[in-house]
Amino acid sequence: MHVDYRSLRFEYRRSPDQSAAQAVRHPVVVVGAGPVGLATAIDLAQRLEGSGQTVLLLDDDSGLSNGSRAICFAKRTLEIFDRLGCGEAMVEKGVTWSRGRVFHREDPVYSFDLLPEGGHGRPAFINLQQYYVEGFLLDRARALPGIEIRWGNKVSAVEPSVDGVALSVETPEGEYRIVADYLVAADGARSPIRRALGLESKGRTFRDRFLIADVRMKADFPAERWFWFDPPFHPNQSVLLHSQPDGVWRIDFQLGWDADPVAEREPGRVIPRVRALLGKDADFELEWVSVYTFSCLRMERFRHGRVIFAGDAAHGVSPFGARGANSGVQDAENIAWKLALVLRGEAPEALLDSYDAERVLAADENILNSTRSTDFITPKNEASRAFRDAALDLARDCAFARKLVNSGRLSLPSTYRDSPLNTPDAEAFGGAMVPGAPAIDAPLADGGWLLRRLGGGFALLHFGEAAPAAPHSVPPLRVVNISPAEDAEGLAAARYDARPGTTYLIRPDQHVCARWRRLDPDAVRAALDRATGRT
Amino acid sequence: MLNTEPNIASPDDFYEALLRMHQDLSPEQGRQVDARLILLLSNHIGDLAVLRQAMARARQGIEPAGHDAIIAARA
Repeated sequence: MHVDYRSLRFEYRRSPDQSAAQAVRHPVVVVGAGPVGLATAIDLAQRLEGSGQTVLLLDDDSGLSNGSRAICFAKRTLEIFDRLGCGEAMVEKGVTWSRGRVFHREDPVYSFDLLPEGGHGRPAFINLQQYYVEGFLLDRARALPGIEIRWGNKVSAVEPSVDGVALSVETPEGEYRIVADYLVAADGARSPIRRALGLESKGRTFRDRFLIADVRMKADFPAERWFWFDPPFHPNQSVLLHSQPDGVWRIDFQLGWDADPVAEREPGRVIPRVRALLGKDADFELEWVSVYTFSCLRMERFRHGRVIFAGDAAHGVSPFGARGANSGVQDAENIAWKLALVLRGEAPEALLDSYDAERVLAADENILNSTRSTDFITPKNEASRAFRDAALDLARDCAFARKLVNSGRLSLPSTYRDSPLNTPDAEAFGGAMVPGAPAIDAPLADGGWLLRRLGGGFALLHFGEAAPAAPHSVPPLRVVNISPAEDAEGLAAARYDARPGTTYLIRPDQHVCARWRRLDPDAVRAALDRATGRT
Repeated sequence: MLNTEPNIASPDDFYEALLRMHQDLSPEQGRQVDARLILLLSNHIGDLAVLRQAMARARQGIEPAGHDAIIAARA
């Protein structure tokens, strides 16, 4: 069934809260029904099921994203969407890709494959218009009884106190008040909540402008990310071409700082630029046009007492690297399990401090990568331009120079290496699955996948012939045993450097937090106490 | 550790070759060639600590007279 998610309108409906004599209290209020707010609300609702607590999601608008906007969704994000119950819909609709090609002037310079190895349930990336991502998340959210969504509800005042956050909410029928135990602000780059609290996001703006022209056409370009430096059809600037579902293509033209952002949006200006790339007889329709500049910036802290900032509200990056929406969804999954444990009374409020520690570090990693890409694409002085051109020139025949060419380092999840929730290794391990690392996938003999087997709670991943008994604990642990027969290709054991008896403690967001060569229930409980902020 | 002791067997031959590399080039072409040379040599050296020492020595004593196109952002 094809749904045009852009055209859906959601009506404001009066809530009984608006007639209540006293401000009604909600355990958690999420503000903003974009990808980050929706993912947060779904994750929280799934985790609060059975606790009698529900999630209230407020949005000041009455529809989803009207433009394609974010289009590249990374493997890790798809694994999160799997846990949220909508990964399959995304992958089915999306365009799967893993290869990027870089051109300089007329010539191909090099290509890269973002997932050269097999044995992963999800691809390196899919391209999918943001309105589909929001639409599939919304479909899932509406199927969950634990989420109430109020459209046309705009938060107009925020008053945090030690035991809650009082909110004033504007509606077409006037203002009402509610109180939230916790508030998650996923209200976007201009975050009204951030402003209402007198907080800032700081960093740098790049002196460059870009034009996005999403066009609908029949074309036989492959599903690859093509990036040109200084092509003949758009001299001295860069251009990106990328495929989306429904025969839509993302074309992103670098315009330079002096471009007129209003005039450049006119079809009379845009169409000749597109024709220069596609050929003068090309048959296409303009789908969405946008001229943008960007900044790399972040808030100093993402948690302010009972108010938690996530996604663009907390941090911003350039689009080169697809690190905006992807990192926002990773914020969502990081805060959701922690907040759910706190709301369920299974972890102290101090656990929320680790959201700040882990996601500020992740934001810095994303900002660093995105700033480096931008410094390559938009040279900021003559020497930077000379080095960029030199790297591109040498890349033709010198392998080392291809490693320097930076058209975007595409989103990878952060490893929370120094997280306070980790238990340091006491035994020797090799490989990438260090405490803090996002658990890596592997194929299982029944055709299933390791990550889906791990599920969304604390899991004890054990390698051996038979599953050991789960040590008694709060929150409970699920034992996932991988026998040599199930690990038919041996990839799970290889990726986790596992021997018989090797045991990993995996967090609800599927990051590693501890590992041992044999299962010791006391060590497991101690690691669980640490991972839940209890010690 | 950056080696700043004599390390080239025939320094005059090297210097001549360096100048010949720039023969008849415009300033812009010269910068282009220098940039390529720096990247080639840096990769050959490979050791980032050494490269950073060389970069620090190269910049030593130069008071910045230009400035990069960076704008502070607040939102």
